[in-house]
Amino acid sequence: MNSQFSEAQLQEVKRLTSRYPEGRQKSALIPVLHLAQNTFGGWLSKEVMDYVAGLLSIKPIEVYEVASFYTMFNLQPVGKHLLEVCQTGPCMLNGSESIIDYIYEKLGIRPGETTADGLFTLKTVECLGACGYAPMLQLGEHYREHLTKEKIDALIESCKSNRANA
Amino acid sequence: MGRKLLLEKAHVENIRSYDVYRKEGGYRSVEKALKTLSPDQVTEEVKKSGLRGRGGAGFPTGMKWSFLAKPEGVPRYLVVNADESEPGTFKDRYLMEFIPHLLIEGMIVSSYALGSNNSYIYIRGEYAWITHILEQAIEEARQNGWLGKNILGTGFDCDIFVQRGAGAYICGEETALLESLEGKRGNPRIKPPFPAVKGLWGCPTVVNNVETIAALVPIINEGGEEYAKIGIGKSTGTKLISACGNINKPGVYEIDMTISVEEFIYSDEYCGGIPKGRKLKACIPGGSSVPILPANLLLKTAKGETRMMTYESLADGGFATGSMMGSGGFIVMDDSQCVVRHTYTLARFYRHESCGQCSPCREGTGWMEKILWNIETGKGKMSDIDLLWDIQRKIEGNTICPLGDAAAWPVAAAIRHFRDEFEWHVTNPQEAQQRNYGLAHYADALAVPVA
Repeated sequence: MNSQFSEAQLQEVKRLTSRYPEGRQKSALIPVLHLAQNTFGGWLSKEVMDYVAGLLSIKPIEVYEVASFYTMFNLQPVGKHLLEVCQTGPCMLNGSESIIDYIYEKLGIRPGETTADGLFTLKTVECLGACGYAPMLQLGEHYREHLTKEKIDALIESCKSNRANA
Repeated sequence: MGRKLLLEKAHVENIRSYDVYRKEGGYRSVEKALKTLSPDQVTEEVKKSGLRGRGGAGFPTGMKWSFLAKPEGVPRYLVVNADESEPGTFKDRYLMEFIPHLLIEGMIVSSYALGSNNSYIYIRGEYAWITHILEQAIEEARQNGWLGKNILGTGFDCDIFVQRGAGAYICGEETALLESLEGKRGNPRIKPPFPAVKGLWGCPTVVNNVETIAALVPIINEGGEEYAKIGIGKSTGTKLISACGNINKPGVYEIDMTISVEEFIYSDEYCGGIPKGRKLKACIPGGSSVPILPANLLLKTAKGETRMMTYESLADGGFATGSMMGSGGFIVMDDSQCVVRHTYTLARFYRHESCGQCSPCREGTGWMEKILWNIETGKGKMSDIDLLWDIQRKIEGNTICPLGDAAAWPVAAAIRHFRDEFEWHVTNPQEAQQRNYGLAHYADALAVPVA
């Protein structure tokens, strides 16, 4: 894969680094890693992390240690649609375990697994701050809340038809 | 009907947009502060208001501000903590999502008081769409002259930036947050020095919660003394409570701190009672790290007084029979729920979120998780309960940051108040797989709920 940002994305990196004092461009690391993960297939390869290190004039190890610390950064390839189901206390009280079971029933994947067609990865996560709207999952930049089996069905269908449209 | 200071306008149509927000009286506090008050006078108003940090610790905000070092020629920073991650807590999200200009307005006033020309909002990475909402609000504020150079012709410069995290509860701890904002792992720093002396990039920094900073708007508009008239004792003003779990109306409520816990749970104005005719079993009133209380101790203190939704009343009895206001994450459990299983999920949460710097927390959280799982799945021994107690005691107070305490307290309180439920899991492993323990003795002392 060609791990290079477009001209517009490089402008975005410039905008991000301009928000900090001179010489503090490393502060842009997490926002730039988000941009990189969104751009290069939903995960951060070593090649991508090295590229980011170069952009911010920091050592590769400074990128690796950050990328491996934060839950949202994936260091392995994931499916096209990442289903991140919250499983902490308040969601558990409202049936998050049955949501995880139902996704298994529908897609045959357990937490950490990806469907054979590469479309879906299931991941369990800890509290996403949606406790009043439980059970819930995160898909891309958005939350899907008050989940039911019907809503999971619809969600999976819409992800699949996106592929058909693509 | 309690007074609302923060969310009063949250349901006005299009309040998210600058024009509507301004028409509804927005940004008056900036005019008042910048044109009629000195920075120190703003801080004085905050002291008079009695405002206490809304993130969880409840430390007086005015006092925190007065600690800020002001050496010549060194920039100072305001950083807003929007890394809302304490299980049960989703109030800041609500405020930022629905009335973002309130936070921006409060930040401009606070930045003026503290002398911060570049202020940052550190928001949890998962709140991606709220980042866009805030950036839009900041852009509108800038276009209308509330941000940038020489605001209102007063010579005060201020800009605000939003920084996304990437999924780490620990970054809600203020020094971990600063590390993360500097582009590093979220490892808490050893204190002292405190951020007020050496914070962001080594400069004096104040880190405040979203709700705390939003409260600056009514405090400046109405005056600190007026604000302090609301509430009871040292619990002044209003507090956002995010209510969840087994209640009819989960959501975010702004309360003035004069109502009882019973009213909060059963009144239709707030949680609306427990669904499906079930009974109240237990509640964690201030976010997952504060002690869980059985229903009897939740509604009344050990002295038999009505427990109120105030900092003091929720803490009445200490950890032996009380809890804490914490972050306002109010988690309700009905009689069908299992305290052991719930505590297990919290232990797993803290193990996952431990940064790994301190051995007691790194090792202890994982150990507690495993033991709780064994008990929950019928593989526990009676001695495991004492072992759990021993481990949590050895974590508490022995770590750089409060995550260790936060991990220890839920386990301690669960054993303290629900020991019989743990023992029942050990003595009846098969039955415990089939059904939950139920209400047991907690029901005896239950008051008849107000409908």
